[in-house]
Amino acid sequence: MKIHIPNSAWLGNIDQFLRSFETSNPQRLEITTHKEWISVHPLVLSMVAALGMTCEKSGVTSEQMEAKSKHYLKRMGLFDFLKIKTDIKIEEHESAGRFIPLTQIFNNEELTRFITDVIPLLHLRPEQAQPIRYVVSELTRNVFEHSRSKIGAIVCAQYFKKTNRISVGIVDTGVGIKKTISESYPVKKDSEAIRLALTPGITGTTRRIGGTEFNAGAGLFFIKSIAKTNRNFFVIYSGSALYKLLKTPTGKKVHLYGDSHQDKHSGGDSFPYWQGTAVGVDIGLDAKEEFSDLLKLINNTYSKTVKERKKEFYKKARFI
Amino acid sequence: MKKIKIFKFAGEFAENKDAARKVRIDLVTPILKKGDEVVLDFGKVDSATQSFIHALLSELIRKFGPEVLDKIVFKNCNENVKGIINIVVDYMQI
Repeated sequence: MKIHIPNSAWLGNIDQFLRSFETSNPQRLEITTHKEWISVHPLVLSMVAALGMTCEKSGVTSEQMEAKSKHYLKRMGLFDFLKIKTDIKIEEHESAGRFIPLTQIFNNEELTRFITDVIPLLHLRPEQAQPIRYVVSELTRNVFEHSRSKIGAIVCAQYFKKTNRISVGIVDTGVGIKKTISESYPVKKDSEAIRLALTPGITGTTRRIGGTEFNAGAGLFFIKSIAKTNRNFFVIYSGSALYKLLKTPTGKKVHLYGDSHQDKHSGGDSFPYWQGTAVGVDIGLDAKEEFSDLLKLINNTYSKTVKERKKEFYKKARFI
Repeated sequence: MKKIKIFKFAGEFAENKDAARKVRIDLVTPILKKGDEVVLDFGKVDSATQSFIHALLSELIRKFGPEVLDKIVFKNCNENVKGIINIVVDYMQI
């Protein structure tokens, strides 16, 4: 395999980075980097780290890095993940308030610890931490429950002061969405599987709308909705398909849709094959929308989407 | 009316579905089976995921029918937790 870490790879222009990925010879990984400056989304780092972990021992090679920002990659823990020795010297700063380095999460207990111990290091206000915790929890649990990824989930995040935004990348090298969804729905293409996985009420674990006692088929729809309401990007890449939710411009009213193809998006089915699933999300911390308002919006869309079989009368929860 | 403090099992961010399932199976279901009412107290829980609430409630609604909601009272829920509970309660009755 060959992967090039470019000068710039953010969710808005991630397509070029993904298209440059070469999948031949999966036991080996050759990493090249931009010569001058590297500025990339955490999704990129999580993907490179995950690829390195699937290679055979000492199967990862990287050219001598010249880019000034190589220290950033070191600080994010990329070389440790890849087991590459470097002579890059960094001053170990307190990571609080800026980033969460690459972290491998294998099970529910580790995830709970990560959410409890690591996310607070970003020093966010409670209302800001809420969507981040939500996104990390739901996406990482998806990995444990559906992916059968041997390396678990690889997660990292970065806070950007200038844009007051958190970017998160969560990656696995499991069976991919098509395989999971195919267990309950006939799908021919990876893009069809992603479309179904983003539809409320649909899960690979059952054909029953509303899911099982453990899966409702709502997780990805929630995450996409959080990104959309915050007018941010959301990217999901699995097999040879990419789905990228595009930003809703400021001033334009946000509508949530049960069918992800109604959202303004890009992507397609012609990307280099990714064995597993990779998700990238940006979350703006300036969002004026309260999380509880977002939930109301989600509830309306969710119900609208699956209400063909609505019963005429149903009871409500009682709160005291 | 029996009271179950969710915070004790799930912490301030209720996201662990295994914990939710355990509360449902070990604590809530036996109470409901006896025909008693139960209070799910979300005091100190500042948010919850849909997955957590789904693992806690969906099987109860499926198993006992929507009438089970007459036997469950949700206490000390903030707006976010209320929002998630309403979503799960609504979609389980569609």
